[in-house]
Parts: sequence; C-alpha cells; structure tokens
Amino acid sequence: MKSAVIVYPGINRERDLARALELVTGTAPYMVWHDDAEIPDVDLIAVPGGFSYGDYLRCGAIAGQARITADLKKKAAKGVRVFGVCNGFQILTEIGLLPGALLRNAHLKFVCKEVKLEVVNSRTAFTNAYAQGQIIRCPVAHHDGNYFADEGTIRKLEDEHRVVFRYAQGTNPNGSINDIAGIINEKGNVLGMMPHPENLVEPLHGGLDGRGIFESLLETVA
Amino acid sequence: MKARIIVTLKNGVLDPQGKAIEHALGQLGFGGIGDVRQGKYFEVTLSEQDPAKARAQLEDACKKLFANTVIENYAIELDV
Amino acid sequence: MIPNEIEITPELVAEHGLKPDEYQRILDLIGRTPTLTELGIFSAMWNEHCSYKSSKKWLRTLPTKGPRVLQGPGENAGVVDIGDGEAVVFKMESHNHPSYIEPYQGAATGVGGILRDVFTMGARPIAAMNALRFGAPTHERTRHIVSGVVAGIGGYGNSFGVPTVGGEVNFDPSYNGNCLVNAFAAGLADTDKIFLSEAKGVGMPIVYLGSKTGRDGIHGATMASAEFDDDSEEKRPTVQIGDPFGEKLLLEACLELMATGAVIAIQDMGAAGLTCSAVEMGAKGNLGVELDLDKVPCREEGMTAYEMMLSESQERMLMVLHPEKQAEAEAVFRKWDLDFAVVGKTTDDLRFRIFRHGELMGDLPIKELGDEAPEYDRPWVETKPPAPLDPESVPAPNDLGAVLLKLLGSPDMCSRRWVWEQYDHLVQGNTVVRPGSDAAVVRVKDSNKGLAFSLDVTPRYCTADPVQGGKQAVAECWRNITASGAEPLAVTDNLNFGNPEKPEIMGQFVGCIKGIGEACEALAFPVVSGNVSLYNETNGQAIMPTPAIGGVGLIPDLGKTATTAFKGEGEAIYVIGETLGHLGQSVYLRDIEGRREGPAPHVDLGAEKRHGDFVRSLIRSARVTAVHDVSDGGLLIALAEMAMAGGIGAELEAETDLPLHAWGFGEDQARYVITIAQAGAGDLEKDAEKAGIPLTRLGRTGGRELTLNGQITISLDKLAQAHEGWFPAYMAAPDTNA
Repeated sequence: MKSAVIVYPGINRERDLARALELVTGTAPYMVWHDDAEIPDVDLIAVPGGFSYGDYLRCGAIAGQARITADLKKKAAKGVRVFGVCNGFQILTEIGLLPGALLRNAHLKFVCKEVKLEVVNSRTAFTNAYAQGQIIRCPVAHHDGNYFADEGTIRKLEDEHRVVFRYAQGTNPNGSINDIAGIINEKGNVLGMMPHPENLVEPLHGGLDGRGIFESLLETVA
Repeated sequence: MKARIIVTLKNGVLDPQGKAIEHALGQLGFGGIGDVRQGKYFEVTLSEQDPAKARAQLEDACKKLFANTVIENYAIELDV
Repeated sequence: MIPNEIEITPELVAEHGLKPDEYQRILDLIGRTPTLTELGIFSAMWNEHCSYKSSKKWLRTLPTKGPRVLQGPGENAGVVDIGDGEAVVFKMESHNHPSYIEPYQGAATGVGGILRDVFTMGARPIAAMNALRFGAPTHERTRHIVSGVVAGIGGYGNSFGVPTVGGEVNFDPSYNGNCLVNAFAAGLADTDKIFLSEAKGVGMPIVYLGSKTGRDGIHGATMASAEFDDDSEEKRPTVQIGDPFGEKLLLEACLELMATGAVIAIQDMGAAGLTCSAVEMGAKGNLGVELDLDKVPCREEGMTAYEMMLSESQERMLMVLHPEKQAEAEAVFRKWDLDFAVVGKTTDDLRFRIFRHGELMGDLPIKELGDEAPEYDRPWVETKPPAPLDPESVPAPNDLGAVLLKLLGSPDMCSRRWVWEQYDHLVQGNTVVRPGSDAAVVRVKDSNKGLAFSLDVTPRYCTADPVQGGKQAVAECWRNITASGAEPLAVTDNLNFGNPEKPEIMGQFVGCIKGIGEACEALAFPVVSGNVSLYNETNGQAIMPTPAIGGVGLIPDLGKTATTAFKGEGEAIYVIGETLGHLGQSVYLRDIEGRREGPAPHVDLGAEKRHGDFVRSLIRSARVTAVHDVSDGGLLIALAEMAMAGGIGAELEAETDLPLHAWGFGEDQARYVITIAQAGAGDLEKDAEKAGIPLTRLGRTGGRELTLNGQITISLDKLAQAHEGWFPAYMAAPDTNA
C-alpha cells in the first residue's frame, strides 16, 4: 500500500503517523510539503496532527489555504482515501471534505490521556479489521476536539452510520456532541478522527489497539 | 483604507470560553453582566480605495479565512 | 570618541542593577564614561544571571567530568555519549520571576528557552519536564499561578511537539511571592554533529535568524536578578511573549541548515538577547564582533541601539556561517518563512562594536565583558542543624489508615494527573513510561534503547541541612532513574536560592553545593549543565533553598525495565534498605503534627550506591516485577502508590519494634520497594544476604485492599479517591484573584 503524509508548518505528529504507516504497511509514506502542487499517486493520503500555523486563527484554518489543498480535494473527489487525525481532522472540516467543526474542549484545557472508543461502524475501509461495537483503547491529545455540527447534519451523520468512532464508557474528553470521536464522508473514502491511533501501534506504546485502522486500509487495498 | 472585522460564534454554537468568562464575572460580583459570547477582532489595512470593492474583497476573505461559516458569523466595519 | 546621548548618573547606574564599585570597574576597564548602550550591555553581561558572579567560585567545585561526558557546563547544554554514535543533550533553566508576573507567558517562554538551548546544539528535543513550586494552596495568588503556569507549559510544549513526560509540583508558603518554574529539556544528536557557540575565522558573516526583534523583555535578565517588591505587578510589559509555532519552524530550519554544513557556530538569544549571544560567540573564539543594527529585522519602528541590544524577543538565533554557503542557508530559512539577515562579521581585534544609523554606539573589549565580570566570594555562615527529634514527642495516631488517606490526598502527595493531562506526553510516539512513575522513559528513536529522566529535590531537607539536602536531591534522582532499570549518566542542576548577599542564604547555597558535589562524585553522576537563580525573595522573605536536580539515565535494552505498578496477584513484596523510622523533616511530621522539626534524613552515599546497583541488576535480569523508590511520605505512601498504579491490593505485615507510624511514614533514604514472584523469593533473600543488602519482606500483593497488621484496611477505590481528588477539586474552586 502506498501512502503520503502531508506536512504543514507547525505539524508535529507527522513522524508518528509515518512510522505507524511504515510499521503496518511495510512501506514508508511519501512526505509531501504543503507548498507542493501535487500529491503522488497513492492509496492513502494522511493528514497528521499538530498545530499547523500554530492554530493561530482557528485550528486548521490556515493550513486549509495551502497550495496542496486543491490537489487533496481533487484526489478525494476521485475516491482516494484520506485519513485526517486531530489537526488533520480539523483541516478536513475547514476545507469542507468533512462536515461540522471542532470547537475548544468544553473544560477549556488541553487534554492528553487514554480514552475508550466504540467502533460504531466497522463496515468502512478504515475500520473493517475491528468488530462492530468493539471497544478499543486510544490516546487523545488536543485542545480543540469538541465536535460540533448543526442538528440536521448530526441527524444525517447518525442516520447514514457515518459516525465511525464514539467516545465510550464515559470517557468523552472534550464535550463532543453525541460523543463523536470520528466521522466519515458520504462516499466513505474520507475519515477524520480526534484520537491518535498512531500512538498505540507497538508493544512499547503499551498496546496495539490503534493498528486496526492501518490494517483495515491495508486489507481493502490489497 | 482601514477596516475592522468582528467574528462571532453563531447562535446555538456552544461557547465554553464565553461561559467560563460569564462564570468568572459572577464570582467577581458582576452578576448583572450575562450572555457573554466570545469572538475575534481583526484590524486590517487595504490598498483598495473604492469602498464597494474593498468590502467585496473583505467579504470574500471572511468567507475563505477569517471566519468558519459553519460555526461563525462575521461583520465588517469599513472606515470610509 | 563616541558621543554620549544621555548623561550617565549614579541613579541610572543603579537602575541598571550595577553597584558603585562595579561601575568603577567599568570606568577603569574602558577609561571613559560608557554610553547608555554600553551601560546596558554591561548591566546585561554583569548581572547575576549571565555572569554567575556570586556562584562561580562554588560551581567550580562540582564534578563535571566522566567517561561519557562530551560537553560539560559552559555551552547551551551538556552533552553525554549514549553509544552507537549518539548523544543526549540536556539542560534545565529557571523562569521564576517572569512566571510570577505573567504565569502563562512566563512559563511558556521558559519552555521555549530551554528547548532552544537544546536544538542550538544540533539536537532534536525528545523530552521535557518541569520542576514547579508554588505558594501555599490557601494563598490568594496560588491557584491563578498554577493554572497559568501549567497552561503555559502545555501551550508551548504541546504546540512545539515535544512530549512533556515528568516533573515535580510542590506547595509551600515560602513560594507565596516567588514561584519556581524550572524547565528541563533533552534532545538527541549524533556525537559528530554537535554544534557549539565558539566563532572561528576572521571576516565571517554573522547571521540573525528567526523571529523579529521587538521591545519585549528589555531588561528581563536584570529582572531575574532583582528581588521582588509589591510594585512588581507594574513590570508586566517587560515579560516576553512566546511563539511556539515560530520556534517549531526555527527548530526545523536550524536542523536542516546544520545538515548542509554551513554552520560554524551558533548561539540562541536568551536572556539579554543579542548582547550575550554575540559577546559569547566572539569571546569564546578569541575574535572581535562588529554588528550593524540597521540590518536587524525589527517588529517595531524606531528602536534604539540600547533597546535592540537588550531586547529579549523570543525564537531568535545568531550564527556564524561559512560565506560560500550563505545562499544555501538563506534558502532554507526562506522556505520556513523565517527572517535571515547578515548583521555583522567577526574581526581580529577583540573589540565588540555596535553601529546604528552609521554611527558607532558602542566599542568595548569583548573578552573583558565576560572574563572581567565581577566575581564575589560572598560571606556565608553555616546553617545551624536543628535539634534532634525525640521520637517520644511524636505520638501514635489513633487511626493509621486515616493518616494514610490524609497524606495521599494532601497537596504535596496527591496525584498530579490534573497537571500532566494538560501536557502532550505522547507526541513523537516514543514515550515508554508515562508520567506518574519514578522516572519517565523515552525510547531512542529507531532503537531498542531508552533514556530515563527524573527531576528531584526536597527543599525542606535543604532548609534543615543544606549539605544533606543537596546530597538527598542527587540521591533521589539517581534512585528514581535506577528504579526504571537505567544506568544513571549525568545531571543538570537548577539552583534556586534567596539573596546571596545575606550570609545565611549564601550558607545554604554553599552547603547545598557541597552536598550535591559529594553525591555526584560518589554516584559517578557528573553535572554537565545548569543554571543558578538567586534573589528569589519577596519583601525580604526568601524561598526555601531549592536546588533541583535533573538526571538522565540510559536503558540499553527496553525489554528490561521496571515501573512502579504491582503486576500480579500473590507476589512477594520486599523493601531494600534499612527502615529506621526517621521522622525529622518528614511529610508526616509536617502535615499530621504541623511541625517542621528535627534533622533531615542522613544520606549514606555508599549504601545508596550498593542498594541501587543491586536493584538495577535485579531489573536487568528480569527478576523483579515492580520497583518503586521510597521518598516523601515513606514506605506506606510508596506501597499505596504501587497498589493504585497496578489496580492490585496488598497484605502487609510489619515485623518491627518501631511504632507503626514511624515505620510507615519515616523517610529513611536508600530504599526501594520491589515485588517478585514467590518462586524467586528464596533466591533473592540469599543473594541479598550474600551482597550485604538489607532486605525485609513486607507481605504479598493481591486483592482489592491495602491491609497492614490489622490496623489498616482500605479499599483501592478509597485510596484512589483520596489520591486523585485534591488537585481537580482545588483547581475547580472559585478563583479569588484571577
């Protein structure tokens, strides 16, 4: 499986994501600079976490204006899989590939801890290695992970089973509506999530629960 | 030409920061100050001299960058 | 002759923190009245923060060498060899005064400064920690400062992308008007690609990189060396504002630039920015420096030479570059959208010359600016040791279990989860042992090696007995690193004290240094970098002596480590080291009896070494399942922490002649609690006896309760409730002084 990780100034989990991809898929991803015109032909485009442009205007807002965005949108429209984590999720909502927005955490503080996620929809290309309803461990690390969308959008997301991950067992760390932790687009090729599965993929991390996402992708590509 | 842009959260969008400020106001004895909604304020200078064109430019910039219209409204004040 | 734009009056000299005799020294040195710009330069170079004039004499006595030490004190950070062509680069530095005035920005820029120190040497930062000390929880400003400092550390480190993996948080009234924020950072570099500040070659371009210069922090370094008074609130405008995004760009740009081979020398602009960095680069290389300030990228208009030389704007660097690589270097910085300007050159005449608008604004001998700084042998008196504590005077409590719960839920002993959950401790994907254990462990990327980090000091011991307190700080740090399975390598120290012009304060300083020196020597744990922060006083009230020790250890095989959590049911629990029930200066005596009395516990460095080496060998042969150092609060606190961390209870039997409160809460040193599978217990006892290591069986793990001799029976849930409750509840209470 070929993949690419987009690097924006201020991003800081691009190496974590690249390592997880290489670990599971066996191939190191292309690292694509935000100011490039084109993303190489790959099976997966990953948009990593961090603080692109310091998150100074709004999380992901300035990164959304990068030169690479045009090609990212084009490839997403063609059906290339796009995976946004944390700041990457925020960027994907800013550029309209995913609905809604991520607001400041309800308790206003940055939060880094392990939460429980329920795999609400295991029939996506990103989650088929998990069982439906499976509860997995996953770390979060964010200041603005409080998912918001208007009522109609939320209803649509729920009706269409596009809420893919939900904070489970009372571990919602940020006040997200309906405990939403990750969502997918209508076509099923763009997934955004706040938690960091890339930080739970090897024994030294204390668990392997995050691998499922990368394994799912590998499965559906191969 | 100078202009000011004010970005506010739309009604119905949760504003935890505004709520925290309101809470703190109460503790400081400002119980009469309520409904706090936090926003952002920008000052800009435009090289465009024509007010209509300047406004159009700013409208565009607000939609594309200054505000996220999923959650935010904006207002433009132009010094004419 | 340089025209004097402003008359230099004695008042002006005093405002610059220079004493009359120090000013006379300047006059003698340059043979004329200095310009205002020059006066500013002297004040920056000769204040305590930059010149170490009160501490130098004593710092020289510390052991700084070792087989693995590649760079000791004197550079931006210390460098220690970890094998395979790699080195760990680390340092700790205080940002106390700025953090008291503006907690968020003060702490944030403290983190920024220490990260810059590390990547200036060519190392990518891989871990950060913080030693934080706040006033009494009941003091009106404490909550506000805690909340701002923690948010500031997180705000900067999280955005920059370094995992903040550990540290210390303590409360004491002596910090009411003077909090301590000591920031530690460590990075990884190749041993053959370490960058230093020594300029080389005449006529080489001096390049300014990073963010623009503004008026922020002018005289921050002078502020760091002045006592506080009630007007300090007024000093707010001189606090710098941090830009973690700018720093992240600077990191990536610097590392990319260093890889091109263009960099001859590099120095970050910290306290007294352009002045200290330029003088240091020139003086170290026996070269003069000429700066044209018109070339310096400025954020504000109309800045004077004086302001530019003293600005402490953050996220800036000065480099000497190979002229033929200048274009390549500039391209790297443009790519990262950072300022790049040639602002001067090296010369062969050992002068430091400053030009502004084509005029010479300063012309000083560069070596003397540093070398001729005043150095004091300040008078000091030895701290009088407290009277011995009569054990009979400490009555047994009615309910030992209630005492345990009270201590576990006390401000100093409770869980710091509220703090570290605001720090991204996982970014970079190498965190092996997360905050809350003895030492944090971070993997060395692409290897099976790890680095262990710990920050320690017990200020109440240092107050009672500076020598023992200094020793104990080093010993506890060494123990924590050992308890993770690591080989302790070296330390950085952050020495926080009151006004050194008072002989009793100077006596604390001298005593602590003596203790630190002895312990570092005995434990082969050299000091490779550090920072001194003096004048930590408010209205004449000094802080407790607080020499924080930041240690680093190496784990050759990450498969052989230990953590504090109980791992399984029915395992044997032992304590290594002697339990003598020392209650002097203990947490128990202070928080239960309300007394700060008695001598600090004695530190037997020989025993520390023997017991630690024994524990490490047990970990490396995978014989023990959990290890925890015994420190604040004694045995019962350590055991409760192990039970809570593992979610497994314990049945304890104390076979002792001591009163149980002294046995359980005494703070004797050189101790570790370990657990081992029952099958291995016999061999362990034999081996300990053979090696002459005191080993006492305490009981067995298991169940959902902690029990002791029928006197304590507490469920794990209740322990955790007490332990986790205090911090969030305290921080959620109304802020009376936001």
